[in-house]
Amino acid sequence: MSGFDTNLSQSPEGVDAVAAGLRAAGYLAGGSTALVSFLAAKLGKPVLVEGPAGVGKTELAKALSRYLGRRLVRLQCYEGLDEAKALYEWNYRKQLLRIQAGTAGEDGVRDETGWDDVQQDIFSEEFLLARPLMTAIASPEPVVLLIDEIDKTDQEFEAMLLELLSDFQISIPEMGRVEARTRPVVLLTSNNTRELTEALKRRCLYLWLDYPDLEHELEIVRLHCPELPETVARRLVEVVGMVRELDLRKPPSIAESIDWARALLLLGATDIDPATFRATMSVIVKHRADLDTVAERVGVKLERAASAA
Amino acid sequence: MTSAGGPEGRSYAPVPARGPGGFDGRLLELTEELRGEGLAVGTSELLDAFAALGEIGWTEQSQFKEALAATLAKSPEARHTFELVFERFFFRAVEAEAVRQGVGESVAGEAGQMLSLDLEELRRQIAAAVRDGSESAMRDLARLAIAAFAQGEGSGVLGVDVQRIRRALGLRSEPQPGLPADDPRRPGLPRERVRRFEQHLRRELERAMIQRTASLPPKRPLTELDRALPSGPIQDLAAVHRVVAQLRRRLATQGHERRGRRRHAHVDVRRTMRASLQTGGVPIDLRYRPRRPRRPEIFVVCDVSTSVTSASTFFLSVLHALHDSFRKLRSFVFIERISEVTEVFERERDFRAASEAISRDAGVADVSGYTDYGRVWTELLELIEDELHPRATVIVLGDARTNGRPPREDVFGAICARAGRTFWLNPEPRLYWDYGDSVISSYERHCTAFECWRTDQLEDFVKALTAPATA
Repeated sequence: MSGFDTNLSQSPEGVDAVAAGLRAAGYLAGGSTALVSFLAAKLGKPVLVEGPAGVGKTELAKALSRYLGRRLVRLQCYEGLDEAKALYEWNYRKQLLRIQAGTAGEDGVRDETGWDDVQQDIFSEEFLLARPLMTAIASPEPVVLLIDEIDKTDQEFEAMLLELLSDFQISIPEMGRVEARTRPVVLLTSNNTRELTEALKRRCLYLWLDYPDLEHELEIVRLHCPELPETVARRLVEVVGMVRELDLRKPPSIAESIDWARALLLLGATDIDPATFRATMSVIVKHRADLDTVAERVGVKLERAASAA
Repeated sequence: MTSAGGPEGRSYAPVPARGPGGFDGRLLELTEELRGEGLAVGTSELLDAFAALGEIGWTEQSQFKEALAATLAKSPEARHTFELVFERFFFRAVEAEAVRQGVGESVAGEAGQMLSLDLEELRRQIAAAVRDGSESAMRDLARLAIAAFAQGEGSGVLGVDVQRIRRALGLRSEPQPGLPADDPRRPGLPRERVRRFEQHLRRELERAMIQRTASLPPKRPLTELDRALPSGPIQDLAAVHRVVAQLRRRLATQGHERRGRRRHAHVDVRRTMRASLQTGGVPIDLRYRPRRPRRPEIFVVCDVSTSVTSASTFFLSVLHALHDSFRKLRSFVFIERISEVTEVFERERDFRAASEAISRDAGVADVSGYTDYGRVWTELLELIEDELHPRATVIVLGDARTNGRPPREDVFGAICARAGRTFWLNPEPRLYWDYGDSVISSYERHCTAFECWRTDQLEDFVKALTAPATA
């Protein structure tokens, strides 16, 4: 790990360098994405990334870790996530073993002088199970920390994050404070299902990711699926754009556009005609009710286009 | 206050021209305006903004703006407001400076060019630029359009002039089949782009007016309309679903903290063992698993009469979204009498089909087709009396207009007394409450009433639920 160039990971040269680097890591950053990533690395501030599902929020963190040459530490949030699973936990089995090993050594006679040692011992780092946040803080190499779907957790958990995000330290009552050895790049993602607290937002830079516009998405599809003919790719993003305009339970994400491109490539499609669309539409639309809507609305449009041509 | 990142002792940014009127001052003025428009910009955010500006090049406007946006605006709505204020602020700053220094633009060249310009060709070019959405082309053509179509000094009201020019150009979002096939206006132009072109027109007209009068007009605060994110009915439906998802979370966890720890909780072995380490492995204090909150039971009663026609689509979409999120939900619609529609929503996953089925089969109109709240409450109480209990939540969607019939708030009070909580969402602005035949205040004595006809108000309602219970 130490082979990575720390210069690179410490300070990217400029916004354009970040954009180029992310591109090399397989992520096409929009205008503000590269800028905010650059600021995050420069200022050492966490970034709160919001946007609809499937616009590449998590992917951004992965690409950043590849570009910066840092390890990605990921904390997936869910309802009921608590400190023991996010920060640290004492390895109580090992602690018990240690205590029992200590007493057994004295032929079953408890040795009072050994107690202090035991006490010191079992609350040391050896008995600590580091969970993602602790791992990120204590890592000797700088890392990229991804706190995914923060809006799924409870407000109490957010409050606990505040110490970490502003001072990059964690307090453990039995051991004292663990301070960050290196400053991680922190990304928090949210699908905006819940309003996050002001205190949390205050500590973060804010990045709103939306569905990309037509040209940008076309570029993304072509980056991931270069063998697909240009005309088909363009048609594909147009259709995906049309589908997103409809009222759907789950609009197609970028990942699904890419999947669809790959599917079309496998089928050797040269154009998206109504028949191909019907056959492959389940790649981008995944609710039964949505399928009906899309078949009705977009299918008709395609037919009209086909008959006009 | 938080530190704005970076090691201590480092100065923030190499900002030129300190002091009032310098760059710092300007940025502070901008923050003042942002605060004035309701953005919560704290000192720490301001420091972040300075720090961020120290790291980027200032030659590109987009970078400068994005850096400020990332540090100052922290929600999609705030972001939208930020863009508007940013535009307004720098536009006015530049114009004020131009007026002060007496810099003007000569319009002679353009006017001379105009004479040879084919107006029909100009219309087409503009429509093509609007269709393609190219900002710079739209800006340039906006000036030409003003030169060609604005009549003299205009009416003096910018909005009127903008619309007059738009009409003269024939820019419409509806298809115009009367035009030739290769005309870009024929299939109709994207509404959003037409709006952007109108903004360019407005700015250019404003610029011309400032130049003419050599003074800045008074600053106009943002209106609700400016502030609203561009959205259509479709996004609205999605927004309703999003808000209801919040509502679900809230209702599911509420009451949880009030119950506290009670009898027959399950022992959490892992945490008990962990706690027992403090007592040498003897589990003295037991740790319990948190109790799962019970599923909330909800009764939704929705008015679908003609007096709330405009709101009933909104209400039905709320109902639809609620059905998506809750399993123990019973819903009713009413006009003169009440009818249960739970099954309709469970059967029809599609919103449109569900609302059609309701208008067809619900059979809620009896004779007159006017709402009869008194009768509805009596029927509702009969229907659900046995199932109401303190854990149940009743939500009423309606305008409380009785058409002069007895409101029977005593029966409504009985329903509220049996249910744990009752909320009333009224689609009328609070201003009209209790005017005419509205009797909302006599119902409000028994429940909590909210004004609710937009999704953000629905969000307010959810936030009110979120607020810690006072009881």
